[in-house]
Order: sequence, then C-alpha cells, then structure tokens
Amino acid sequence: MTRTGSPLGRRVLLGVLGVVVLAAIWELYKALGPATGVVIGDLTVLPRTSDLAMPHVWDMVARLFRPVRSAGDDEMMWQAVLQASFFSLGVAAVGWFVGVVVGMVLAIFMQRFRTAESALLPWIVLSQTVPLIAIAPLVKRWGSQIEIGSFSWENWMSVALIASYLAFFPVSIGALRGLGSPDVNHVELMRTYSVGWWATLVRLRLPASVPYLLPALRLAAANAVIGTVVAEVSIGLRGGIGRMIVEYAAAAGGDPAKPWAPIFGAVLVGLLAAGVVALIGLALARYRRGETPA
Amino acid sequence: MSTESSAQNQPIASTGPAAVSVTGVGKVFASRKGADVTALEAVDLTIAPGEFVSLIGPSGCGKSTLLRLIADLDTPTSGSIEVFGKTARQARIDQAYGIAFQQAGLLPWRTVRANIELPLELHKVGKAERGARSSELLSLVGLADFADKYPDQLSGGMQQRVAIARSLAESPGLLLMDEPFGALDEMTRERMQTELVRICAETGAAVVFVTHSIPEAVFLSNRVVVMSPRPGRIRDVIAVDLGRAEGRGEGLREADSFFEAVVAVRESLHGEAAGAPAARGVDQR
Amino acid sequence: MKQSASLPRTILAPILLGVLAVALWQLAVVALEIKPFVLPSPVSIATEFSGSVSSVWAASLVTGANALIGLLIGAVVGIIAAIIATVLPITDELSAPLVAAASVIPIVALAPVFYTMFGADKETARQLVAALAVFIPVYLNTLRGLRQARPVHRDLMRAYGASAWQATRAVTLPGAVPFLFIGLRIASSLAVISALIGEYFGGPIGGLGKSITSAAASSNYSLAYAYVLGAIILGLVFYIVTLGLEKLVSPHRASASAP
Repeated sequence: MTRTGSPLGRRVLLGVLGVVVLAAIWELYKALGPATGVVIGDLTVLPRTSDLAMPHVWDMVARLFRPVRSAGDDEMMWQAVLQASFFSLGVAAVGWFVGVVVGMVLAIFMQRFRTAESALLPWIVLSQTVPLIAIAPLVKRWGSQIEIGSFSWENWMSVALIASYLAFFPVSIGALRGLGSPDVNHVELMRTYSVGWWATLVRLRLPASVPYLLPALRLAAANAVIGTVVAEVSIGLRGGIGRMIVEYAAAAGGDPAKPWAPIFGAVLVGLLAAGVVALIGLALARYRRGETPA
Repeated sequence: MSTESSAQNQPIASTGPAAVSVTGVGKVFASRKGADVTALEAVDLTIAPGEFVSLIGPSGCGKSTLLRLIADLDTPTSGSIEVFGKTARQARIDQAYGIAFQQAGLLPWRTVRANIELPLELHKVGKAERGARSSELLSLVGLADFADKYPDQLSGGMQQRVAIARSLAESPGLLLMDEPFGALDEMTRERMQTELVRICAETGAAVVFVTHSIPEAVFLSNRVVVMSPRPGRIRDVIAVDLGRAEGRGEGLREADSFFEAVVAVRESLHGEAAGAPAARGVDQR
Repeated sequence: MKQSASLPRTILAPILLGVLAVALWQLAVVALEIKPFVLPSPVSIATEFSGSVSSVWAASLVTGANALIGLLIGAVVGIIAAIIATVLPITDELSAPLVAAASVIPIVALAPVFYTMFGADKETARQLVAALAVFIPVYLNTLRGLRQARPVHRDLMRAYGASAWQATRAVTLPGAVPFLFIGLRIASSLAVISALIGEYFGGPIGGLGKSITSAAASSNYSLAYAYVLGAIILGLVFYIVTLGLEKLVSPHRASASAP
C-alpha cells in the first residue's frame, strides 16, 4: 500500500540492492563461518562453509557460461537451463489452465447451490492435505491405461494434471469469494431487471470477482510451477527443470556450482509465471476499479 | 422478453389503471428467535399515473419495505399490490418500473454510458437503439460530456444522476426511488431535486419516492404519505399543491405555500414523535 | 447476503458426500475388479492402515517433527521480520522484491543444495525447506495486518494521548492477529507438504515421504496408501490445531478474510 507510492525506478533499484545484500550475506558467512558449520548437539544450525557446500556466488554465475559437462563440448549451461525452464513453464501453463477452469467451475457451482458449497468446501480444503508425491505415481499409472484411438496419455500430461491439482485450490476459493462479493444493491438491481442467474453471473458476478480472482490466479501459477517441478521428479519426466535439479544435485561432489544452475532456472520459471499473470491483471484493469461511495 | 416489452413503450393513458395500487398490505418478517416483526400493517395506497408520491416517516416505519414490495424485491405477507393493473411480479418481469437506490449502485467497470445501457443490453435492445437512447438520457441528466468516464471519476451527485438515467432507460411509467439523494450534501441535493422535478415532467412517469427529509418530500411531491412505526402504517396523506412541475423553480423553496406544506407534514410527523405512549390514543385518523 | 447455513447442512452435507464417495470408490473397485496397483479399495487401505498403525505413527512423528520445527521457526522469523519491516520501511523495500520472488518460486527446489549444505544425513534441510515455505505467508499476512490499523483508531489513540507503545499494544497488534492467523492457516498445510516433499529430494529415511515411495517401489500399494492416509491425517491435525488456536485467541472476532 505504502509501497505503491515509491516510483518504479526506485523499487527496481532497491530490488537489485536486495539481491546484492543477500549475495553479500552469503559470501560474508562463507568467509567467516566455520568450515564444518555450526552444530549444536546433533543438529546442524548453520551450514558448512566449504566450497563444496557453499560455492562462491560468482562461481554459480560463471558456471552458467560453461558447457554442461565441464569436460565436453556440450551446449552452454545457460542454454540447457533455459530450455528446461521453458519446457517446465509450458507444462505448468497447461496445468495452470486446467486448474483455473476446474476451480472456476467449482466456484460457480458452489455459488449457485448452497448445499453444494456446504458439501464440497470442506473437501476442497482437505484435498490440499493429500501429499503430491502420493498421487504422482498413481496418476502416471492411471494415465498409462488410457489409450483412445491415436491419443495416448503421455507422462507430461500426468505432470500437468498434478500441477492443476495444486492450482485449482486457490482459484476455487478466491472465485467463490469474488462471486459472492457484489453488493446486495447490485444483485437486487439485477432482480428488478428480471434477468436470470446466468445473466447475473456474466454481467455482475464474474466482473465483480476479478479483484479476488487475480491474487488467486497468481497463487495458482506459483502452485502450478511447484507442482510441475515436484511431479517431474516423482514421475521421472525428463526435459524439465525438476529432473535437472535432481540430476545435477548428484553431480555436486565434483562440480559444486552445478546444482545451482537449475535452481536459477526454477526461479526464472516462477518469475515468468507470475509475470504472465501480472499481464492478465493489466488486461483486466477495467474490472479493478473500485466504486467510490456516492 | 421481446413480446413483453411492447407494453412499457406505450404512452401513459390518463384513464388506465392506477400506476400503483396497494390494498390491505401487511408484511411480517419472521425472526429466528420467534419474535416476528411486523414491518407493515393494513396499508392502502393508490398512485395515479404521472403522480409524484413521497413516503416519509421515522426509521422503522416501513417506507423502504413498502417500496421493496412494490418493486417485488420482497413479497407481502397479506394484501395485494398491483402495478398498472398487473401483479407486482408481472410488472417486474415486464419492466414496468425503473428503480434507484441510496447508493448509486453503478457497476465500476462500466463507463457512464455502458451503465445507462445496462438494462437495455440485458433486454436485448439493438446496439444503435441503445446508443441513441443513452445519448438522449445523458443529455437529459446533463452528463453528455461524461459518457466515457468511469463511475469512480464522478462525484457522488453525478453518480446518482447516472443511476437516475439508468432507471429511466426503458421509459418506465413508474419510478421507484429509495432515498436516492440521502448520501448527498445539501447543495447538491437541492439541485438534484430541481432536476428530478424537471425530468419527471419531461418523462411523465409516476414516482414513489422514499425520503426522511420533509422539505424534499414537499418540494417534489403531489402527495406526501406520512408513515408511523411499530407497526408500519400510513398515518396521514397530505396533498401538496405547488402548481405544475414546470413552475417549480428555486423560488418555490421560499414561497409561503411551500412553508405551509412543510409545517403540515412536520405536524403530522410530530404527532408521533411528541407523544410516545400517551398520544397513541389521539391518533389523527 | 447468505444467511448462515443451518447446522444439518454444514455438518451433514460434507459427511454425506464423503461417505458416498468412499462407498462409490469401494463399489467401483469391487465391481470393476480394479487391480490394487491401479487403485486399492478403501477397505483394503483401512485394513492395511490398522495393521501397520505403529509404523505409520513412527513415520508421521518424523515428518511431523520436521514440519512442526519448520512451522515454528518460519512463523517466529516471519513475525519478527514483519515487525521490523513495519518499523523500518527500508528493510521492507529492500526485501519486497525478494519476498515477491520467493512467493512464486518452488522452495522445494532448494532441498538438494540444502542437503549438501547441512548434511544429507540430517533432517535440517527439510526443516529449513518447511520454514522457508512457512515464512512467506506468515510474513506477508502479518505485514498486511500491521499496516491495517485504521486511521480512526490511530486518531483515537492520539486523542487519548497514548504513547507509541501503548498505541501499538492497544490497536496495531490486536488488529494484526487475525491476519497472522490467516498466514498460519496457509502455512500449517504448507509446512507438512514441504517437509514431506523435501524427503523426496534426498536425506535420511524414516519419514512418511520416503515410506510412501519405498512401499510403492516394493509393490505394496495398500501400505503406500496407508502412509498416504497418515500424511493426510497429519496435514489435517496441523490445520485443525491452527484453526483451534485461532478460535482460542480471537473468539469474539469474525475471522478476517484472506486475500
């Protein structure tokens, strides 16, 4: 709220400064902290500071501009990371879209029928306590059973499905609240126009839900990215950033900066996803106008 | 919808059915604790086409409830309500009335013009016709220059004018207004009253106007209906004869006839306020 | 607009739906002869669950402890950071882009490097992942709550001649509590899920996550689902305890609405 007051340039500058401060803290601790980390009893409280555990920030960055396998003449690390990032982003986008559609349909259904809201809402909340990894192998196995004509279920679809499972939740909750947000005044106005539920939904409830929907869409995007990364690991889908994280983590012993490259990729995917939602928000700016009280 | 909409476009016939006819209407709100609240009891009221009638009374007298019953936003517990000879429900379906609330209730994501066109759009009026009608209404309420602005760019008085234009969009023979100027400052309020008198004269619509301002009721109305609370009843109906609408300028607010009517309404209201339990017996009716 | 729903509807409807769904599931598995490796029936899961309660309990303790430690650390750090950000706006401006970024990136991706940093045989990495996941909603919501102090209340405090600390204690902090709990409610589920997923990226065995995968790997699907059931119950316990705490702390207040 107070933040919107500061100009964009200042915010960007401070953001960059924030990253620099974070890197500085990393290097400072690495320089001063004990090599074996701080261990109290059996618990490691602060990390080890060896180059193996905490590579220099500049090593992480420099690693991006060397080939994937140090010895070979592979493509550059940043290229590989970028490729994997866009693969994951694509899968996450599909999952996000499916999740948004499902979430919206559920919200509209619950808005329409109060009994449905009472019956469904607790289960929707409960659904998010079901651990992701638990469903991942299941979804993969279900998918392998599906083959209709030339269509066959592929692994990436399982990943997208899991992403959508995480994405639908904030959308259904946010949209339900948004659909119920119009003033009594507005709802009664629609009644005096003697228009039905559908017209009220399209002309009043959906536009009014936009301010509630946008944060939900952003959360859904973040969830879809998390779902994609984790599901890639647990389903074993190659090509994406999740798989890359696990593969490169195994290489940490000889090449400590390597595991950080896909992490930068994951950050990039998350930021890109949030950026796309921000663009949607710009496109819907008209629906975010508040009515000043008369 | 298209077959029904022909009725609302017909000119108001002076000898047709009454604009509003309320007969023996009562409304009881069931409370969860079992103590039912009687909001209205045995209300009779007939409003002629083109007539301007104000409902006035202390809070809890059921004036807004009566308006909501006429609008078919609630259903009466007893009695019947007819609007232009039809049931209230049918009148709502046929769009026989336009309505304005205390809050302008404009959709914030629509421009002024799009807000005015909303009811037309909902009832499948063609684009060209919609545009012509909204332009007409915009100039009627003096907002032609603000057609493409959004509600949050307008002052409260302007928003309320848009709401009035919207309520007139389908040329209804009846306007229902629930304290539409209640949230405006006194200066804006008087200006809006003058404009409303002019607009009503131009459109020839009957108006049911809920207010708690005595001068407002007197200035606007042909008849002022004074209501009393617990249970809501009509205490008095005071005819105000301030001449034809066209003649009601700002000067009228200082005329003797205006003051006389104000005093009459105030005395009727005070009969209630002054004597809580004791005066009940000497009810004016 | 909606009246509060009647008791039978709020309690009975979801239970009825749940019973119906489980019954349909059981019926489908039996009638369609679905193989257990596709989907075991609820009855077989329940049987397996009651048969291996002790091992599920042990695994839940490991994961639950990680989640709890993560939740506590993340929440405490989040609240302190929010207070600092309110008092010193510059820290907020510096960290805002980082926090915004952290809220959209998959924290679990950090698990592998945490294992290298803190040791792959320690639970620390998982607790840290959970703590980071918890930190963000707690920090953001508390910050929002601290800034929520209504001008009218602040003016009132000034009019009473209250000191800054009195005003903070009387108006700002109580006002922030409902928002803190919104954050905690989100965080409680996140803590369990993060601790669980963290296990999937490496580290010692014993937790629910590792148990689920090892049971599935040895084709013991009913056992895998018994562990899944354990995980669901663990998540529920965290959620319900947080909810109960919220009701306990602010019994007279309608819970504030989430973003």
